[in-house]
Amino acid sequence: MKRKHKRLLLVLVSLGLLGLGTAILLSAIEDNLVFFYTPSEIENKSIKNDQVFRIGGVVVNGTIKHSNSFSSFSLTDFRKTISVTFKGVLPDLFREGQGVIAEGSLKADGTFTATQVLAKHDETYMPKEVADKLKSSGLWKEKFSKNEYFN
Amino acid sequence: MIPEIGLFVLFLALIIAAIQAVVPMVGAVRQDVYLMALGNRLAVIQFFLVTISFTSLIYAFVISDFSLLIVYNNSHSLKPLLYKISGVWGNHEGSMLLWVLILSMFGAALAIWGKNISPTLKARVLSVQSMIGVAFLAFILFTSNPFLRLNPVPSDGRGLNPVLQDPGLAFHPPLLYLGYVGFSMAFSFAVAALIEGKIDDKWGRWVRPWALAAWVFLTAGIALGSWWAYYELGWGGWWFWDPVENASFIPWLLGTALLHSSVVVEKREGFKNWTVLLAILTFSMSLLGTFLVRSGILTSVHTFATDPERGLFILLILFVTIGGALGLFAIRAPIIKNNFKFAPVSRESALLYNNLFLTIGCAIVLLGTLYPLFLEFASNGESKVSIGPPYFNITFLPIMIPLVAAIAVGPMLSWKRGVIGELYVKLLFAAGSCLITIFIVLILVPEGPILAACSMGLAAWIAAGCLIEWASRIRLFNSKSITNTGRLIKSSKSANGMTLAHLGIAILIVGITGASAWQKEITTSMAIGETIKVNNYSLTLKKVQIGKGPNYNLERGTFSLIKSNNSSIIMHPERRYFPVARQATTEAAIKTTLLADFYLVIGESRDTIDNKNEWTVRFYINPMMFWLWLGVATMVLGGLLSLSDRRRGISIPVRKKA
Repeated sequence: MKRKHKRLLLVLVSLGLLGLGTAILLSAIEDNLVFFYTPSEIENKSIKNDQVFRIGGVVVNGTIKHSNSFSSFSLTDFRKTISVTFKGVLPDLFREGQGVIAEGSLKADGTFTATQVLAKHDETYMPKEVADKLKSSGLWKEKFSKNEYFN
Repeated sequence: MIPEIGLFVLFLALIIAAIQAVVPMVGAVRQDVYLMALGNRLAVIQFFLVTISFTSLIYAFVISDFSLLIVYNNSHSLKPLLYKISGVWGNHEGSMLLWVLILSMFGAALAIWGKNISPTLKARVLSVQSMIGVAFLAFILFTSNPFLRLNPVPSDGRGLNPVLQDPGLAFHPPLLYLGYVGFSMAFSFAVAALIEGKIDDKWGRWVRPWALAAWVFLTAGIALGSWWAYYELGWGGWWFWDPVENASFIPWLLGTALLHSSVVVEKREGFKNWTVLLAILTFSMSLLGTFLVRSGILTSVHTFATDPERGLFILLILFVTIGGALGLFAIRAPIIKNNFKFAPVSRESALLYNNLFLTIGCAIVLLGTLYPLFLEFASNGESKVSIGPPYFNITFLPIMIPLVAAIAVGPMLSWKRGVIGELYVKLLFAAGSCLITIFIVLILVPEGPILAACSMGLAAWIAAGCLIEWASRIRLFNSKSITNTGRLIKSSKSANGMTLAHLGIAILIVGITGASAWQKEITTSMAIGETIKVNNYSLTLKKVQIGKGPNYNLERGTFSLIKSNNSSIIMHPERRYFPVARQATTEAAIKTTLLADFYLVIGESRDTIDNKNEWTVRFYINPMMFWLWLGVATMVLGGLLSLSDRRRGISIPVRKKA
């Protein structure tokens, strides 16, 4: 085999490996994608009962309840509201009127069981996903960004 | 008045930076000694001006000058002094000013200490460094002015986000930035060398200490951030594959590759193009990290503002810098000849292997971090997704195993042509340590998982390999003419630093394995006097007190943790409420022992039906956490030791004949 052929073979093998690697990576991504929906979007999507996804909205005033180590609360996007149950310590930034994200799955009765509740935030106390969705559906209120919703 | 001075000198700094970006370069082209030397002075002046500007901002925070918007938004008169100061970089504008301060500091450091670097190269490096400075100074002045005044002046500020009021986080951003921005030196050296068209072993020798310093800072900065997340967020974990964590980890992976490839440039004048490319890419990833975090494109506690104009500006800087450098690389790289050969089994091969796996690992993390952004962009904002830790665990970890396993072998191989036969005895010894460790772990922790035992074995394999290589390098068991200590003192600090850093990886693996494979978590609610049992431990809630801190109210739990052998410890987790920000934080109580951390969080209280008060309690046993932090500390120490090698100093280019 000439040097030129050797080099060609090397390039082809490398490209093949690169392609294979990329395919494996992309399939790993597909398996681990966690989609984000708002309560009103859930109805339109056909979501299987065990599918893990994230749901985001604003915690409805007066709906936070605790029993044993379970907490439950309602999330709303001002169109639809969904009730969420969660076992564990709610994050530091969790409170009524706050935008939060919960990760988990739907139960048969239409409630959401969260394995994780995120109240990560910027200074506006509103997760970006939630803010974007509210803005695109026209339900965004300027007072959210000014942190006055709670006053 | 003082803020106006701060703003004015920042403008002056921009002008100086613009001159510095051009004059030394022209001097280098014309071989004009005077113009080249001017670069040194300009670099020092630029650093001086930015320091004045930064100091005036610190002053405004310390005296709580609420006529400044940035102080009003991020500070409060009741805040402790440390957090008034750390409030300077706890926001977008201030942190960008810190970024530029560090950038100009590195330029000035080169100007002052880099005396033996060839004058033309040094002039070009200072020029390139200053071009980056111009871009970021303009960014601050035109989109993120930290010295904006407010009228009327508010009576008090809005306070810094309470989660950020923590000593760990006060020092996390400066360290991280020292790392990020430190790689700008490697970048400037690479671009300057491409312009000059000459890369040799001296270049490798000059660029290495800067890359090493940046690596040390970045490692320490990431570790400090991770430690903060561990004790402050109260989630019991230390790494979440959060996009912002990834943004700092991506340049770390490439920077580590750069450290290893620059050794080949220095010792063998090989991998020259590749090393230059790595230097460019590492800093590009630092810029990308800055863009991801600062543009507000990611959702995270790190995102202080969402301002599209700023995002666009940083994106522009990103395109010009990366595009320009890569374009230059494409044009100039062919003239740089690599004229060296090495056998498939050799130190060069081992370092190539290291670079290959680190680069693949970096690509995996990069893809997982950016994919959600691509998908959101492609679907016009309709599809919002996130990629969870499982993706990183199944793709990234398998790539890291062959990489770290090779640590035991690589340093044993000789340059040019290694003979694997000579290593049989050494490797047999390392393999023996590995098997014995697996056996011991399986006996001590019979419930498994087996993978955890194998992982501990991997750590033993690396540690044994490192120690054997070190022992044979300093001829520990061959004491004839001089004493062992004498040899240790004479032995190369930089090589010992490498061994120490590699040992750090072995220790880190012990920590990571223990903390992820054997973690125990229990979440429950407890009334006063109630006891829960976890493994051999019983945890009792004794009492809950209410108190006051400097700028918060607190609920403080008193728990006693009793082990089966009756040794007992008292733990005090806290829940703090900050009235100014109307926000609560948890202060986990962490008891660290050599074998495990006991980690306790107290949540909100509530009344039960029978009128008892109950608190949500989360209790973790995190085995081996101490070793995780010790491992990172050892890596940092190894880097520092290597950096302290005088033969490798910034200004000593002369290669000793062996």
